[in-house]
Amino acid sequence: MDFGLNEQQQLLRDSIERFVQDEYGFDARRRIVASEAGYSPDHWRTFAELGLLGLPFAEEEGGIGGDGVDTMVVMEAFGKGLVVEPFLPTVVLCGSLLKLAASPAQRAALLPGIIGGKRRLAFAHGERRARHDLGHVEANATPAGDGFVLDGTKSVVFGAPSATDFIVSARTPAGISLFLVDAAAEGLSLRPYATIDGARAAEVMLKGVRVGGDALLGPDGGALPAIEHAVDIATAAVCAEAVGCMQAAVDGTRDYLNTREQFGTRIGNFQALQHALVDMFIELEQSRSLAIVAAVHCDDADAAQRRRAVSAAKVQIGKSGRIVGQSAVQLHGGMGMTEEMQIGHYFKRLTAIEQTFGDGDHHLARFQAA
Amino acid sequence: MDLRYSAEDLAFRDEVRTFVRENLPGHIRDKVAAQQHLSKDDYVTWQKILAGRGWLAPHWPREWGGCDWSPVEKHIFDEELNFGNCPRIMPFGLKMLAPVLLRFGSEAQKQRFLPKILSSEEWWCQGYSEPGAGSDLAGLKTRAERRGDHYVVTGQKTWTTLAQYADWMFVLVRTDPAAKKQEGISFLLMDMRSKGVTVRPIRTIDGSTEINDVFLDAVEVPVENLVGEENKGWTCAKYLLGHERSGIAGIAYSKKMLDKLRRVAAEETIGGKPLLEHGPFRDKIARIEVELMALEYTNLRALANETKGNVPGPEPSILKVRGTEIQQAITELFVEAAGPYAIPFLPEALEGGSNVESLGPEGAAAFAPHYLNWRKTSIYGGSNEIQKNIVSKILLRA
Ligand SMILES: Cc1cc2nc3c(=O)[nH]c(=O)nc-3n(C[C@H](O)[C@H](O)[C@H](O)COP(=O)(O)OP(=O)(O)OC[C@H]3O[C@@H](n4cnc5c(N)ncnc54)[C@H](O)[C@@H]3O)c2cc1C
Repeated sequence: MDFGLNEQQQLLRDSIERFVQDEYGFDARRRIVASEAGYSPDHWRTFAELGLLGLPFAEEEGGIGGDGVDTMVVMEAFGKGLVVEPFLPTVVLCGSLLKLAASPAQRAALLPGIIGGKRRLAFAHGERRARHDLGHVEANATPAGDGFVLDGTKSVVFGAPSATDFIVSARTPAGISLFLVDAAAEGLSLRPYATIDGARAAEVMLKGVRVGGDALLGPDGGALPAIEHAVDIATAAVCAEAVGCMQAAVDGTRDYLNTREQFGTRIGNFQALQHALVDMFIELEQSRSLAIVAAVHCDDADAAQRRRAVSAAKVQIGKSGRIVGQSAVQLHGGMGMTEEMQIGHYFKRLTAIEQTFGDGDHHLARFQAA
Repeated sequence: MDLRYSAEDLAFRDEVRTFVRENLPGHIRDKVAAQQHLSKDDYVTWQKILAGRGWLAPHWPREWGGCDWSPVEKHIFDEELNFGNCPRIMPFGLKMLAPVLLRFGSEAQKQRFLPKILSSEEWWCQGYSEPGAGSDLAGLKTRAERRGDHYVVTGQKTWTTLAQYADWMFVLVRTDPAAKKQEGISFLLMDMRSKGVTVRPIRTIDGSTEINDVFLDAVEVPVENLVGEENKGWTCAKYLLGHERSGIAGIAYSKKMLDKLRRVAAEETIGGKPLLEHGPFRDKIARIEVELMALEYTNLRALANETKGNVPGPEPSILKVRGTEIQQAITELFVEAAGPYAIPFLPEALEGGSNVESLGPEGAAAFAPHYLNWRKTSIYGGSNEIQKNIVSKILLRA
């Protein structure tokens, strides 16, 4: 066994950590979150230059051929910086769908734009009654001529406001299918909003959106396995991100206990708080272990093995993220409650991650079934 | 033993329930039910309605407008107000300052301030905490120097709840910097419109601005606004904290929120069935319900004990710790019930009369902000760690 990162992965980690340190301080992030676009086009260009936007794609397609562990390295560093750029929806989620389902022609049409930073993608999949069930799709794709007409509403679509292209799930007579849809397509509209953790998402409304036959991504009616696999990869990615958030929250809390004074002493001298910090640390280490397992197994074609690993990680991270986030706030006292301190923002991101791609109960059931 | 309500208790419950139904304005009730932000006017309107019935300050002595209710009657009243979706009664004047004035205030101070608290004409805020003095309140540094017939106060208060609405602030200041920590503190009443008072809002992680920094720059406070003796303010401060903690358990509030949670979970579906019938979720609700039931009787036992004239021991701290834990656990289940719909941040939907709607379950826009905001309950009013320190001292001394 080897838990070490290879040389390339270490370089990757160092370059992103440097980026976060130099470009993603608290105030800089605050400006990005408050901006009209909700992300920084400059940073997006930097990601392209660093090769991050081609992370999962094959070298012959212009990518760098990364795997789940590479994604983990990136996401953990992003977690520490609370990076809001739509890397997860574009590269991890839609990137995986393209890898798993797209034809060579579709990949040739899309990947250069993604890798070069010109295109951002969002996966329009969730629906009002879907909750965490990936197989619950009510949106319709009605065959028309050589193409389809799409109707339905997609909920809490991450990265939708800045997306140039969508991958939309809908039911054809054959079953759940995926479609590539231009963000400017007629009949597609958004209700955009901020999310509790400072990112952007939207409701995506599709009313009679016409797409050609070449928009069908993967087999007609057979998209669910690819969706499940791509979401597993993305779930492993948010688990790694959560580890980054938790690490930063533990570090920040440790520093606070070492500096804040009450009753004439550093509050870190109170044993109740020492133990609370240790509990946070244990949660972090447990989470890190399973985030690694999920990262290693999320590329597995063996669905049972993959599910077990990914769902175990999501169960652990849901529980640990809650404990770490809540304790970090508690141990900061009033300071933990303010929008003006970074610590509360980790708590918010961890809260959002818990409800993303399935909560603890959902994954506990899936873990048992796998 | 008899754990039932008497016939009189039940009649009282119906009386309160009917009063609330007939007198609470619908637009205020709807905002409370939807967990939207209330305006100052909403609070004041409701308080005036209660005062009109003589029910705003039940715990005050009768001659000042109190009700002489038994603990069970207070409990019933609290429940009915919560179940009826009434705004919270603002505690700063009614439940914090008033007991202090009644115990330590001069006759003139009582006459001047109590009636305007009862009429809700004057809104109070609590100027205790400072950047350097939170749990260690006695470490406060705001300085008051006596100059003739007034004090000159300079320093900073922080986390001051709803200071933006306040006409007055009761404030702890240091009058003798040479004395030992607790001994040089005084309790002053400060007009918020005095020159030198600056209120700066602090945004909290849920996006609201209910707390503030209050900067005090050579603010003049007349000597007649000193409560109790100079340098003896710590006695007032501690007396007040005892009153702050009672009622913080929020038992009736938690019951109401559990009811609401059940309604939300009955509408949400999981695998085509109501979430409320989903084993793991149902169990979580039931577990909280059991814990809450235990706390309700712990509370009633504590109240019965107090009525017998026994000084409260660890009870207020127990109620505060477990009560806030239960409240917070309920907010977590709201987030779980909403699932992905907990993630959108729609602050406009939290303002009354807004036409921005929640996504997903009705009112879901409030669920995550409420969860985030409610973390405060284990921090303020003496943090839960501090409460446990208090209880452990009592236990270990025994
Ligand atoms: C929303 C909100 C509203 C508030 N409203 C008001 C108001 O209206 N007026 C007002 O005066 N104040 C108000 N407060 C302030 C509140 O009373 C303080 O936040 C509280 O006393 C904690 O102080 P602190 O924030 O300085 O944290 P600190 O005292 O610095 O505590 C930090 C951490 O250390 C822990 N700790 C401290 N000492 C010990 C110890 N001896 N043993 C173990 N653990 C310890 C605490 O429990 C906490 O976890 C409000 C606070 C909040 C969050």
